[in-house]
Amino acid sequence: MIRLLIREMRLSVRHGGDTIAAVLFFVLVTALFPLAIGPAPETLGRIAPGVIWVAALLAALLPLDRLLGADLEDGSLDLLLLSGLHPAAIAAGKAAAHWLVTGLPLLVAAAPLALMLRLPEEAIPALLAGLLAGTLALSLLGTAAAALVLGARRGGVLMPLLILPLAAPVLIFGVAAADAASGGMTPRPHLLLLGAFLAGTVPLALGAAGAALRGAAE
Amino acid sequence: MLEADGLAAFRGERLVFEKLRFSVPAGGAMLLVGPNGSGKSTLLRLLAGLVRPMAGGLRWHGEDTLADLQLHATRVSYLGHQDAIKPGLSVMENLRFWGEPAAIAAALEAVDLARLADLPARMLSAGQKRRLAVSRLALSAAPIWLLDEPTLGLDVKAVARFGALLATHRNRGGLVIAATHLPLPLQGAVEFALA
Repeated sequence: MIRLLIREMRLSVRHGGDTIAAVLFFVLVTALFPLAIGPAPETLGRIAPGVIWVAALLAALLPLDRLLGADLEDGSLDLLLLSGLHPAAIAAGKAAAHWLVTGLPLLVAAAPLALMLRLPEEAIPALLAGLLAGTLALSLLGTAAAALVLGARRGGVLMPLLILPLAAPVLIFGVAAADAASGGMTPRPHLLLLGAFLAGTVPLALGAAGAALRGAAE
Repeated sequence: MLEADGLAAFRGERLVFEKLRFSVPAGGAMLLVGPNGSGKSTLLRLLAGLVRPMAGGLRWHGEDTLADLQLHATRVSYLGHQDAIKPGLSVMENLRFWGEPAAIAAALEAVDLARLADLPARMLSAGQKRRLAVSRLALSAAPIWLLDEPTLGLDVKAVARFGALLATHRNRGGLVIAATHLPLPLQGAVEFALA
């Protein structure tokens, strides 16, 4: 599985444009809000967690289209399934690669963007802690959805429809954690719920993705 | 010894073949022949464990292969009709997932790609890409080689090299099952016709 991860990372570095696109999309979408809504600090600070979360959610969807689709088209998926790895382990490698290439850069970019939107400084740790669990859960859900739509026509359109409802709890608790912290309350219960959601997503998403990969090869 | 007994497969709604029965001994070779659409590729994918049969059984040394697909995967080396090559990676890097650098160098030598090892795979010609896909076989220690049109696009010299690779594999007790329309350098292969 480590080898699969190394292979995926090497591919991401070679296709650097695709890799950076998701982060640039995140930055640009977030930067549009002050232009559209106006620079009033109290308004921006109030909506900052929601803006960052929604933008991160959408940005994380961008690279999913090619995450498994390219491997299905060029025959690599067959070979991966015959490499002796369990299909769920292949899915885990793919999800880990997606997080390292997309989730982690989003996390890094989120802090300066939160400052730009005038989110109260005491809320930034809660926002980032929420995003850490949230981006991990999104990578897992995204890999499962990408595996499920493999081989479907217009799979790229179908995928967000599958992921977004499932990602709603992540968004709700993630934003609630940052809101609680900026209101002077503890974000702990929201973060714990996010953690619980992530813990449930690991086996469910990987199991579903593994089964879907086997199905796609048939 | 790979034994098939009463294999049947569907492709979509259509029954591609049924009641297939054959056995290939260690060191043996079997050529799948038949018109387009007769199920040669489906049979190879079925033997690899990628497709499940609708009926029948497949045994490797008397053991049911369908019981543990992951274990079966370690016995199989599959060369599909697609090359599974990433154009963004170099020739060497394309193989990194499948073996260690020393073994890769030997495998590239076996298909005469060693001097192109650092070239991005997108620069390769169709035949060279096929050779790179073939080199994956040389990297594997799996006893069952399943080949789907393995020599498509290869020149005469490359086919001869491929023949040497096949002979080495069979001398070690490996078996080869290949679907092809082109003559393959396989001595004493049994033909198996699909209608």
